[in-house]
Amino acid sequence: MYEIRIHSRGGQGGVTAARLIALAAFRDGKHATATPFYGAERRGAPIVAFARINESPIRTYSQVRNPDLVVVLDRTLVPVVDVLRGLKPGGAVLVNSGHAVSLDHMKVHRVDLTGIALDENLIIAGEPVLDTPVLGAIARLGVISLESATKAIAEMFQDPKNVSAAERAYREVVL
Amino acid sequence: MSQIPKEEYILQTTSACPGCSSSLSLRYILKAAGPDTVLVIPASCSSVIQGMYPNTAVNVPVYNIAFAAAASCASGMSAALKRAGRETKVIVYAGDGGTVDIGLQALSGALERETDFLYICFDNEAYGNTGMQRSGSTPLGAITTTTPSGKIHPKKEIDRIVEAHHPPYQATAISAFPIDLFHKVEKALTFRGPSFIHLLAPCPTGWRFPHGKTIEVGRMAVKTATWILWERVHGRLSVSAPSKGPLAKPVPLQDYLGMQGRFKGMDPALLSRLQQDIETHREAILEEAGRA
Amino acid sequence: MKEIVTANYAVAEAVKQAVPGVIAAYPITPQTEIVERIAQYVARGELACDYIPVESEHSAMAACIGASAAGVRTFTATSSQGLLYMHEMLHWAAGARLPIVMANVNRAVGPPWNVWADHTDALSQRDTGWLQVYVASAQEAYDTTLMAFRIAEDKEVLLPVMVNLDGFLLSHTMQDLETLEPGTFIPALHLPHAIDTAHPAAYAPLTGPNYYFRFRWEMERSMRAARRVITRVEEDFAGRFGRRYGVTEEYRCDDADILVIAMGTLAREAEVAVDMLRAEGTRAGVMRLRWFRPFPRLDLTGREVVVIDRDYSFGFGGVLARSLCSAARTEPFSVIAGLGGQEVTHEDIASFVRERRPGEEFWFGVKGDV
Repeated sequence: MYEIRIHSRGGQGGVTAARLIALAAFRDGKHATATPFYGAERRGAPIVAFARINESPIRTYSQVRNPDLVVVLDRTLVPVVDVLRGLKPGGAVLVNSGHAVSLDHMKVHRVDLTGIALDENLIIAGEPVLDTPVLGAIARLGVISLESATKAIAEMFQDPKNVSAAERAYREVVL
Repeated sequence: MSQIPKEEYILQTTSACPGCSSSLSLRYILKAAGPDTVLVIPASCSSVIQGMYPNTAVNVPVYNIAFAAAASCASGMSAALKRAGRETKVIVYAGDGGTVDIGLQALSGALERETDFLYICFDNEAYGNTGMQRSGSTPLGAITTTTPSGKIHPKKEIDRIVEAHHPPYQATAISAFPIDLFHKVEKALTFRGPSFIHLLAPCPTGWRFPHGKTIEVGRMAVKTATWILWERVHGRLSVSAPSKGPLAKPVPLQDYLGMQGRFKGMDPALLSRLQQDIETHREAILEEAGRA
Repeated sequence: MKEIVTANYAVAEAVKQAVPGVIAAYPITPQTEIVERIAQYVARGELACDYIPVESEHSAMAACIGASAAGVRTFTATSSQGLLYMHEMLHWAAGARLPIVMANVNRAVGPPWNVWADHTDALSQRDTGWLQVYVASAQEAYDTTLMAFRIAEDKEVLLPVMVNLDGFLLSHTMQDLETLEPGTFIPALHLPHAIDTAHPAAYAPLTGPNYYFRFRWEMERSMRAARRVITRVEEDFAGRFGRRYGVTEEYRCDDADILVIAMGTLAREAEVAVDMLRAEGTRAGVMRLRWFRPFPRLDLTGREVVVIDRDYSFGFGGVLARSLCSAARTEPFSVIAGLGGQEVTHEDIASFVRERRPGEEFWFGVKGDV
């Protein structure tokens, strides 16, 4: 089973990103679940979302403790939240960033989701949309196929800029 | 006019959304009330804003209570504190849901029994804590998650309902004019018996405007006379300074509605009715203020 | 049609297909997506139904009672505090013999405020005369909601049905769902005692001591009949749509020496624990209880039982454990775990089994046992 933990702030699309990953994995023919961990609705507060991908049906509902992949949509969370907690040895980290990031002396994958969103004019209520472009970056890491990623995005969102942003993120991930 | 005290009772790191009217207002409310105050808070945004156990962002006692029960809880608490010989002020800080809908019965009962307390309804015109579903206080035409095509029923006039209970002091306020709010809370607390303050709380999350525009939206509510600032002392109306101009000469309603995503694509029939209602209300206040 | 959705969405979809005439509901975390989706269906004309956004849960159930009494199919959804607020009306709905279906998203009861998964809300309503079922996946939430209408409206039952799903763990977790065309699965509602001015009657008037008890017996008689109606409906569902459900769902129980009994998602998590234990040589199995009311007749003889209660009845014990004690005459190792969304992993469940002490009660996470 492949487990992903996504760190973001309320309103940035972390929960939606988890849903999109699960949908893409489902379209890849796998079993998948996506869960948020949050309480009441509050913009800006740190939240965590999980996605699980498995060949057979998923029977576990508890939080992901040992992720294979950690995704950080908001860099400002790094000093606030222990984003690397429980990361499996050899696990991957993907951070939304325009320049190189090192966490605990670990080299991390990065992609400038915010830059891509602003560039592609993918903005809602004044905020750059991060949840669709991040799917492209995750596809580049081989977790889901790009084809299913774009299919999932198109199923959930009408604006085609979402798909082009994801394809751009796929190309621009710095491993 | 008293000075605004420097003491803060809302500590940093609340869990409020950026641009939240409520946490801004609560700062001024507590500055006016002072430390010998207990807040009674039913299920509402404030339930979460105060923070999660084991921390709290509020430096006065906060009694959290079930959604429907704020005013009745306050009723009991007020009587008990009095019996114990204490001067502690009891302030209910409830949302529009907990006042106008599920909390209405308890409020009516507490008012009818002339409970000695201050009831503040912070009105963000929806059920904010559960994700912006419509409440009885949601205005005509507003989009919420349970009125995806716009609300077809008008905003419940809680002030008139409260007025019918003849409280010694009643007022409207708005987060955009915090000094006005401060003075109204101070004044309310000088009365024995119930006081009621209806505080409009523009909400960036629910009303769909950028979180830096909270004050601007609030000012526009006043400028368009969609929200009129007034006080009633023993039922006698006086219009507050910021509303004097707009009451006579309001700015076009569209200037207010256009700032908010929740009114986008509003049905023209609903818009027309909303405009009519706001006009009628403005004229009624103008007329009553003129007679004073 | 196959898709990946939350269990809340699944419930709303099932409701859409059951086509109620009136829905009265009040939002509460974590049920809100159900009522929001329904509001959208109605606004878009996808569901021809009167959606009444009532001002409280007490009113939600009261409005459902009014609508149902008029012979129209109704539905509502709630959770925790909302369920408790409508408590008086839950008794009323059952006593009035109305086939109302309600989705309850299991959430802890305050104080202190807690929005996460816990079964105390629904279990504290176990005496009201409502049928209660607990699901463990979005697919099951969908299928069971459809079946609930059919079961409630059966002439032999005519009692309301509560479909329970774990808050956040199910309500907000995306999982796969296959929707179906119900076709004739849910026939039109014919309520024998619907309000009818051609045949006027007084409904629930003052009834003296010489008659009242007969009405209560009638309720129990229907509750007992519900056992066979449930089986019949589940059989029919399996025959038409290929998915089979029962009063319990059993995993590796046939040759099990130890049974882990639980409801909702904890029972599915327990399956992973059972696989771990089996690999260690322990013959464990999971019995997931689905229908809590009417409470099933279970034969647990010859097996050790570990019961996990995501609830508690103060001064008494875990409701599931105590129910099994009396109904199935067993002395379980009663584990109290998962309250207020407390994390319970398959490793934790495996350790409950390894460290079991029959007849004792263990509060997970609390230092020092009961």
